[in-house]
Amino acid sequence: MDTIEVKNLSFSYGAALALENISFAVKQGDFTGVLGPNGGGKTTLIKIVLGLLKAQKGEVKLFGKDINKFDDWVKIGYLEQKNTPSSLMPLTAFEVARLGLLSSKKLPKTFNKTDNETAENIMQTTGCLPYKNKLFYELSGGQQQKVLLARTLINKPSLLILDEPSTALDSASRENFFNLISSLNKQNNITMLLITHDIADIGKYVNNFLILDKNIIFYGSKQKFCGDKKAEEYFGPYTPHLMDHLHADAKSCPFGRHQ
Amino acid sequence: MSVIEFLSFSFVQRALTAGILIAVITAILGTFLVLKRLSLIGDSLSHVALSGVALGLITNTSPIFVAVPVVMAGSLLVFKITEHTKVYTDSALGIVSACGISFGLIITSLAGGFNVDLMSFLFGSILTVSAWELWLAFTLSAAAFVMIYIFYNDLIAVVFDENFAKTAGVNAKRINTILVLISAVAIVAALKVVGIMLVSAMLIIPPCAALQLATNFKKALLLACSFSVISVIFGIYISFVLNIPSGAAIIILNILILAFCACIKKFLK
Repeated sequence: MDTIEVKNLSFSYGAALALENISFAVKQGDFTGVLGPNGGGKTTLIKIVLGLLKAQKGEVKLFGKDINKFDDWVKIGYLEQKNTPSSLMPLTAFEVARLGLLSSKKLPKTFNKTDNETAENIMQTTGCLPYKNKLFYELSGGQQQKVLLARTLINKPSLLILDEPSTALDSASRENFFNLISSLNKQNNITMLLITHDIADIGKYVNNFLILDKNIIFYGSKQKFCGDKKAEEYFGPYTPHLMDHLHADAKSCPFGRHQ
Repeated sequence: MSVIEFLSFSFVQRALTAGILIAVITAILGTFLVLKRLSLIGDSLSHVALSGVALGLITNTSPIFVAVPVVMAGSLLVFKITEHTKVYTDSALGIVSACGISFGLIITSLAGGFNVDLMSFLFGSILTVSAWELWLAFTLSAAAFVMIYIFYNDLIAVVFDENFAKTAGVNAKRINTILVLISAVAIVAALKVVGIMLVSAMLIIPPCAALQLATNFKKALLLACSFSVISVIFGIYISFVLNIPSGAAIIILNILILAFCACIKKFLK
C-alpha cells in the first residue's frame, strides 16, 4: 500500500488551470522533494492531497483510503506555507505546540499532564522550549516556525508534509531543521513530502524529486533525475548548477557538466 | 440609595442574575468571534433579531421565542452567502444585516409603528426582566456553556489556524456553524440586557479590552468575563441611581474599561 496515491488529478481556479492529469505514488519512508516555479501547482497539489481543496478530476488516497473518507489524521503532520494564524490570538508557544495533539483526542478534547509533558519534549527537540511561555504572536518568524514544527511533529506522524518550511529560518536553524527531519525519515521511516524552491536545501536529504509545472516534469529518484532528458530540457542552462547541489550524487550525474 | 437597599429589590436581583449570565456568555463567545474577525456578526444578527421580535409582537407570540430561530437562520445565511457567491464575510454580514432591518421595519410598519414592547427590545430594559425571561436566559446560557465546553479546543484550533485544524481531524465547517449558532442564541438572550442597538458591543468590547492584557487564552477569557460582569453590575446600579438607560450605561462602562486597558498596555510596554 502506498502512503500517497494520486491518479489523473486535475484542478483549476476558475479558468486558470493549476494542475493537469497528475499521477504519482509515494511509498512509506520516501523523502520526496517537490520543486517547481511559482504558480506551478505545488501548494495546490498538497492541499488536494490533504483534502483542503477538492479535486475536480481524479482521485487521491492516503494510506489506501480515499481522501474524502480519510479520518486517521493522527498519522499526518502538515506545516503550511506562509502560515497566518490569527495574529492577536493570545496563545503561548506551548499552547500552540500542544494543539497538535488534537487529532489523537475524542470529544470533549481536553489535555492532561502527559500531554503537557509530550508538548515540552517535542519543543525541546525542535529548540523552542526556552520561549514556551511567550505569546506566539510576539515571537520572530523563525521562532514561530520552530513552534509550528513542534505542533506538526508532536503526534509522531507517519507522513510529514512540509510546504516551504525553512524560509523563515536562519542558516544554522535551517541546517538543524533539515538534519532533524532527515533523521526522522531515516530512523523512524517517516514519509516526507517537502516543497521548496531551493534545490540546494534538499539535494542532500531527499531520495525522490517531483518537479511540477502544472504537469509533472519529472518524478523519480535523485539518480534518475540526473539522467532525465525532460528534466535537463526543463532546467536548461541551470542544470549543471543544480547538479552541484546534489553533492555526492552529482559526481555520477550523466548530464550537464558532470557528464 | 445604599447598595444593600438597591439589592433588596426582586427586579434588581433578576436583572443582575440575567445580566451576569449574559455578560459571561457574550464575553466568551465574543473572544472567539473577535479573534476570528467575525465581531460584526453581533451587529448583523441583532438587526435580524429586529425582524424576529417584530414578528413575535405582530403575531402575539413571545418575541424571544420567534427571534431565536429567525436569528439562527440569519447566521446560517451569512455562511451560505460566502460559500456560494464571490462575497467576503464582512459584505455577507452587511447584506444579512440590511435584510434583517428592512424586514423588521416592514413588519413594524404593518403593525402600525413602534410600541413600548418593541422599544424595550431596541434599547434594552434589563430592569423589567421577568421571572420566565430569567429562566430563558439561564437555559440559553447553559446550552451555550455546554457547547463551548465540548468544543473548546476545537474552537481554539479553528479560530487560530483553520487549515491546521482540518488536518488535525477537526470538522472546521461544523465548528464555525456551532460558533455562529451559539452566538445567535446569545444575541437573542442579550436583547433584554442592552437591546438590539447595542448588543454587538457586549460581544466586542470586553474581549477587546481583555486582549490588551491577556498573556494566554484562558486569561483572555477570564478578563473578558470579569470586565463584562463588572460593567453589567455597575451599569445597572448607575442606571438605577441616575435614571438613565441601563444598556447605554453598561456599554459606556465597557468602553471606559477598554480605554483603561489600552492605557495600561501602553504603560507596560
